[in-house]
Formats: sequence, C-alpha cells, structure tokens
Amino acid sequence: MLRTSVTTALLAGAVTTALATLASAAPLTQAEADAAMAAKKEKCYGVALKGQNDCAAGPGTTCQGTSMKDFQGNAWKFVQGGTCASLELPGGRHGSLMPLDRDI
Amino acid sequence: MAKAEMTSSLLETGAALRFPRISPAGQAGTSFKPEHLAAIIAESGPQGFFEVHAENYMGAGGPPHRALERIRRDYPVSLHGVCMSLGGPQPLDREHLARFKTLVDRYEPALVSEHLAWSTHLDTYLNDLLPLPYTAATLSHVCDHIDEMQTAIGRPILLENPSTYVLFKDSSMSETEFISEISRRTGCGLLLDVNNVFVSATNHGFSALDYLRDFPLSKVGEIHLAGHAEQADDEGDLLLIDSHDGPVADAVWRLYEIVIARRGPAPTLIEWDSQIPDWPVLRAEALAAQAILDRHAGHREASHAHG
Amino acid sequence: MPTADILPLPRADFAGPFSAALLFPDAETPALVTGPRGKRAEKRYDVYRNNVTVSLIAALASIFPAVERITGPDFFRAMARFHIRETPPTSPLLFDYGRNFADFIDRYAYAQDMPWLSDVARIERLWLDSYHAADAPVLAAEALAAVPPDDLPALRFQPHPAARLVSSPHPAITIFAMNRGSGPVGRVENQSEHGLIARIDDEVTVRRLHSGVFAFLRALFDGDPLAAAAATALDADAAFDLPGAIGEMISAGAFSHIRTEADHVEHA
Repeated sequence: MLRTSVTTALLAGAVTTALATLASAAPLTQAEADAAMAAKKEKCYGVALKGQNDCAAGPGTTCQGTSMKDFQGNAWKFVQGGTCASLELPGGRHGSLMPLDRDI
Repeated sequence: MAKAEMTSSLLETGAALRFPRISPAGQAGTSFKPEHLAAIIAESGPQGFFEVHAENYMGAGGPPHRALERIRRDYPVSLHGVCMSLGGPQPLDREHLARFKTLVDRYEPALVSEHLAWSTHLDTYLNDLLPLPYTAATLSHVCDHIDEMQTAIGRPILLENPSTYVLFKDSSMSETEFISEISRRTGCGLLLDVNNVFVSATNHGFSALDYLRDFPLSKVGEIHLAGHAEQADDEGDLLLIDSHDGPVADAVWRLYEIVIARRGPAPTLIEWDSQIPDWPVLRAEALAAQAILDRHAGHREASHAHG
Repeated sequence: MPTADILPLPRADFAGPFSAALLFPDAETPALVTGPRGKRAEKRYDVYRNNVTVSLIAALASIFPAVERITGPDFFRAMARFHIRETPPTSPLLFDYGRNFADFIDRYAYAQDMPWLSDVARIERLWLDSYHAADAPVLAAEALAAVPPDDLPALRFQPHPAARLVSSPHPAITIFAMNRGSGPVGRVENQSEHGLIARIDDEVTVRRLHSGVFAFLRALFDGDPLAAAAATALDADAAFDLPGAIGEMISAGAFSHIRTEADHVEHA
C-alpha cells in the first residue's frame, strides 16, 4: 500500500507546469528548428552500423581464429591498453585489474 | 531517367512508401555505407546505384531505414543477401525468408541477389560464406532452396559465384557446370563476381579465362568487383583472400573488361567492406568501372537485361 | 508401401563435418576437404576458421565499443573469443548478437575486478535494441495538454518501442558515457545509477534519472496509472519533482501514446 496519495489537482498542476516549461524551452523559429533537425538527422543516419553483416573475408594476416594457444594467462596485462586504469571510483574498487595468480 | 518522372512517381500511399523505378542498366555502383551518406547527398549528378546487405536493414525501424529510404529515393538499390544459406543441406530459415520478403516489398530494389554458399549449421550462424561440394545431391537441394526463395519473394534472384579456399573430395561437377545447371533449372539470373573468379582460379590453379568461357554470361544480371589480400597455403604458394578491403586488382580489371566486351555492359558494383575509404576513393573505383562500361555501351545490352 | 525411389534424396551432410572444427583451432581439418591436385588443406581451412572468429569478434567490438575502450582491444578480443566459442550466434542478424555477453562478463575470471563492466555491456546492448526498434511517433505535449483533469489520475502511458529503463548498483551509466566516445576518463562517484535509453528524432540517447523519476517511469512502464506512479515515486524519493519528471519523459521520448480509462481511445 502506498503511503502517499496523489490528488487530481496535484496532477493537473504538475502537467500544466511541465507543459509550460517545455513550451518555453523552444526559442527557435520553426524554420530554424527544421533546419537544425534536418542537419542532425543526416548526421544520425550517417553513422556506421554496429553489428553489421558483411560478405568479406577477414584479412589474411590475422590468426585469432586459428591460434592454438589462448592468451588468457596473460589477459590481465592487456587491460593496460584500455581506459580502465584511469577510472577512479572513490570508496570503491579501483578500476585497474590485478593479475590472477592462477591460470584457468 | 528524367527528373520529373522520378519525382512524380514519388508517392506516399498511407504508411507504405513508394519509390521511383530507376534502372541501374549500364551503370557502375558501390556498396552503400551510411558513413558516406552526407558526402553522397552533397555530391551532385548521377552516381550509379547502391548495394546494401539485406540483413543490416532487417531491424524493425530506426536510423538504418531512414538512411536507406534517403538513398532509395534518388538511386536504384541492389539488395544483396549474405546469409540465406542457400547452399546448406538444411531447410531455409522461414523467418529469415519472411524478413527478406518484407524488405523486398518495402524498398522495391532493382536487383536482388544471394550467394552460392552456406552460413548456418543447425542453430549456429557462422557468419562466413562457406563452400559446398558440387554433386548431384547438392545441386538438387540448392535448386530447391532457390525455388523456395524466389517463390517467397515473388521474383527471380541473381546467384553469386563464391570465392573458395578449399575443394571437396566429393565434388563431381565443375563450378561453372553446377552454376549453369542451377540457372537452367530455377530460372535464376547470375551475379558474376569477377574478383571471386580470380581468387578461386589462383587458389585452385585453374584458368580464370576458361572459367569465364564456360560461365553462362547471358544470364549475368550484375557484376561484382572487389579487392583481395594475399596469403600463402601449406605449400607456400599464393593463396588469395576475398577481403574487400582495398582497390580492385589490375588483373581483375582486365578480366572485367573481357567480360564486358563479350557480354555487353551489366550493372557493376564495387564492393568495399572493411578499411572503408572516404567516399571519393570508393567513387573513383566506380568511375573506373563506368569508363569501361561506357566504352562498350550499345554492345548487346538490350538482350541481357536481367534482375 | 514406401520404396527407396520415392524417398527424398539423402542430403549429403557436408555441413556437419565442415563446421565442427570451425570454432576449435586444435580440431583436425575436416577430411572431406582438400587443396587442388592433392595439396594440403590445413592453412586453406584455417582461412574459414579465421573468418568466423575474427568477424564475430569484430561484431562484438562494434556493439560494445565502450567495453572495448575500457578493457583495451587485446583484453577485449581475448574475452570476446571465449564468449564466441561458448555462445556463437543463433540468429543470422549480427545486430542481434551479444545478448549473453554481459552475463559472460559477470563470469569471466579476468573481469572480476571490474564489477560494473557487465552493466556497461548491458547498456550498450540496450542502446542497439533502441537503435533498431520499431518506428513510432513520440507522445506530443499537446496530447497530454488535451486530457481533461479528471482523467489524469487513471491515465496510462504506452512506452515508446525504442525506450528502455536501466538500473545498476554501480555507476555504469557514467562509465558508459565516459567511454562510449573518445573523451577523457577520470573520477566517478561510486553509487548506483538509474537511466532511460530512448530514441527521439532517430537519435538514441542515454540519460541518468533521479531515483524518484526512475521509480515513476518504472511504474508507468509497468502499466500503472499516473496517480499511482506519482505516489510510488514520492514514496521512493520525498524530493521527487513531478512536473520536472513529466517534462523530462515528454522531451526524452519515453512514451508513444496515452490511454484514458474511460474511452480506451489512444492519443498520440
């Protein structure tokens, strides 16, 4: 059971305030807004797709699919190339990885 | 096509977008990459046609559809499927067929194509165009699959010859015999990938010219050109990889000109899928193909309209 | 009685043996393939192995760019490769891949000191779902303005197809936002975070929400009417700003329709 009850008047007031705030936040003329929108849209559509299907073969020089030796034992070292070590979480765990003693 | 005609056929009927009919006949095109959209729009004048991988537009909505609608408004579009798995022994994925049909209905592409390859085994999608043995049994099931796809989408497809790195001990037919027979039985057209011919010829030690001599050029409705990479096989001999990551090789250009001289101009596409260059670089490759097409304009083209 | 010649042709099962070794580098090259004129097929078959694994790693990297930036590409590729072997795609649509990646990260031994990493992956997966979600108009302010005050308490909101709520016990949204682009990475307050992923004008945005606003939207997404959702939010956060929350959900494109109890008519 909710402790708070919300009245029709409270809701009506909140909706009126919200809509007034939204209306006042649009200083552009319609033409300016349309132009800004068109430019933004083209920018949004012109982004490389993520997870795309292709019919190209992988470049011949890589061998990640054929290596017999997995590099898990050294995996902690590789995190040095990322931003993880720069993340600071005060009072919490530091972002950087510790090497694991065991090899799994 | 006249601009007025294109505009007048641009209707909106309810929610369904209708697009102009624009023919890619005699034109060179490129893979469409959304990152090129702004440059394509900014450029004026005719730019040939664009090909997309069908699967990338099988989402329900969002920016990919806005980009493809924008392109389709002004240019012919070729819908190129990469994972129907026509060459696999298992039944086609009905859901995927339905998605493909929805896309054909939505964008009214000028060309529709798929591969002589497979990529799904049981429930696993392997994301590569895998090879198949060429036997009476595989011929029969590939033809069944093409019949099923053509029936589902209500139009013929163009089937693309693969590039391959291994052969099957069981194969009892040549690739050109196999493909000719598929086209004869199913009525499908063919997408001749000249780079694939060169890659496979090098990898398996046959003559690309012999392959092209045996290939039913009259069925070809589209041509692909792409770059390849070099690697070595177990014996240290050259093994070419169909990498689509660079310009078309000189040898492939020469084979292409031989094909066009014999067949007449066919819509020709430059495929470039990784290490994608800036638009002008890709466009320049298409213009090089266009120059060859233009040199042979008027050659027998009318009798070969396909797709 | 069935006879042999009316049974369908047995379909040569080349796909089983061919695919069996694709994801396993130490498996033998399938015996059914060869090079030309009896040449060996090991390195030739490896081209297919390489294509499958490398292309799927690339697909995961494109779906999870913030995770890759956080871990660095080498760590990411190692982690992705294990995931691909354990959970290869079952849909041919690669933009649908990676739904189990966050759970995999939770179990991945070398990611244990980044307990927030899996939630960053969850946000990235939801981002792509939002990107590809069905098109629908977002709820216009005018539609809300037209509702008679007496209908407001029972008003229900239909979530936009591209809208998703996220919640993490870690500052996963801030870490996501820092790493999704190429900007600087630094100090992050260690706290739980809530957010809304939505698509407006075809642009996917991820925004953080105060706990009250999150409770409000969670209730509306669950189908609660406006009065009940507002009460839930006030219970969760005494400082809950109802007008601010309504304005935020409209401008973010969280909803597509409203429905009043009386007429069951939808207003866009």
